[in-house]
Amino acid sequence: MTARRRPLAALVLLAAAGLTAGCAGQGGSPGAPSAAQSAAASSSASPAASETLTVFAAASLTGTFTALADRFEAAHPGVRVTLNFAGSADLVTQITEGAPADVFAAADTRSMDRLAAAGLVAGKPVVFATNTLEIAVPPGNPAGIATFADLARPGVAVVACAPQVPCGAAAAKIEAATGITLAPVSEENAVTDVLGKVSTGEADAGLVYITDVTAAGGAVRGIPFPESDRAVNRYPIAVVAGSAQAKLGASFARFVTDPGGRKILSAAGFGTP
Amino acid sequence: MALPESSGRPQTRGSAPAGPVTLGVPRWILAIAALGAIFIVLPVVGMTARVDWAHFGSLVTSPSAVAALLLSLRTAAASTVLCLVLGVPMALMLARSRFPGQRLVRAVVLLPLVLPPVVGGIALLSTFGRRGLLGQAFEVLGVQIAFSTAAVVLAQTFVALPFLVLSVEATLRASGARYEAVAATLGATPSVVFWRVTLPLVLPGLVSGAVLAFARALGEFGATLTFAGSLEGVTRTLPLEIYLQRETDPDAAVALALVLVAVAVVVMVATHRPRAPS
Repeated sequence: MTARRRPLAALVLLAAAGLTAGCAGQGGSPGAPSAAQSAAASSSASPAASETLTVFAAASLTGTFTALADRFEAAHPGVRVTLNFAGSADLVTQITEGAPADVFAAADTRSMDRLAAAGLVAGKPVVFATNTLEIAVPPGNPAGIATFADLARPGVAVVACAPQVPCGAAAAKIEAATGITLAPVSEENAVTDVLGKVSTGEADAGLVYITDVTAAGGAVRGIPFPESDRAVNRYPIAVVAGSAQAKLGASFARFVTDPGGRKILSAAGFGTP
Repeated sequence: MALPESSGRPQTRGSAPAGPVTLGVPRWILAIAALGAIFIVLPVVGMTARVDWAHFGSLVTSPSAVAALLLSLRTAAASTVLCLVLGVPMALMLARSRFPGQRLVRAVVLLPLVLPPVVGGIALLSTFGRRGLLGQAFEVLGVQIAFSTAAVVLAQTFVALPFLVLSVEATLRASGARYEAVAATLGATPSVVFWRVTLPLVLPGLVSGAVLAFARALGEFGATLTFAGSLEGVTRTLPLEIYLQRETDPDAAVALALVLVAVAVVVMVATHRPRAPS
């Protein structure tokens, strides 16, 4: 019911605003503009509110981009940022299938390359953050994991991402660089699935991103390991080609990379490129 | 509008048409039914149109695809057997006996039908997982269910069991207990009645229930992903393989999806024929 009435209310407001604007232009009654202003302010449906920026972002950016979007909206009155979070590969599929995205922020350069190959990236993507792997263990660390090599010990149930997804590709890179081969009991599609298996205690350890450990709070314990710098995931952001909000999109991308954006990202555990 | 020509007119009058006969079904019902059929068939057609036929063979015969298909067939068969063993007695209890709380029990038994599979996976994890209700006991026995093929079978059985129970229960209710009563008065023990009378009586329902359970097990995804994990040859069934391939190779995902559809259709058509062929 409310959903039905809202567009109507917006229409009425818009009509009122247009009417009073016309009056003001003709030098009409001085009381009218202020009435329109107050109406607009109270409902936040000012004429500029029709500007909506749709941002497709990797699932690992959920917390940070929600905060960034709030700040961007505050800095740009009348702009609404709509966020869509999913796995980077899923998002690429959605955009190539015609989903309306203005900005795309991926968790790896490979996904951005795929979108670029489809001719859907405007300009050059900018890397705005980095992320590295960390070992996650259940609270109490039942298997006594301390190093990356510990993960290869027999009897340790390790869960990682499948090599087809970015977090798994990163793990494979570290394995190749260190010569330590893991035998995971499960290769998951998403980092959240790895995290779930660790936090429930099903697995003794999992390989996830630092930011996932931060976001999980006390559900898991993070164990950093020096070999993680062999596989640094780079997060690129770009405006989607053909976007009707290209200018606004570009300013959102800049907003993410400016010092204010950096602060939010590093608080979540992201590194600086 | 179509009432006068189609309401209850006996079709046997005159020379009966050789083709299929639709007895007294109003035309508007037919139109809506056709719409419903199109709604189901069209997406499958759409998916088929996406198939990269030039590489179809190599896509579906890759080692990971074959491993996934074989694992799916093996686990779905095992779950179906488990469903039969557990489900037939459950259906009998629900259809042929009275006990307090029967309606509640029935509702609970059918719960997996309405539960999102992910919820089923979480429930199984909290029961059979390492830190679950029974997990510790299993650990003592040296059995670890998590991340094993057994976990896949458990997940599939959990979601497929209600299909078998419902189907067999409905057949039991429809067939009535007359023959069983007669057999009992003739001196047959309850077990003999079960094997010689009840089971043959409900065979059609048993077969269609088993086929439904097999198909449901074959398509199981959410509970498996949550409870069993995903490892090639061990827990990564065909639906999980499709989901994974979608990340990097959408063509392979579509090709495998078609294989899954084909297997399901073949199984349904080959076995879901309870009436004698005429």
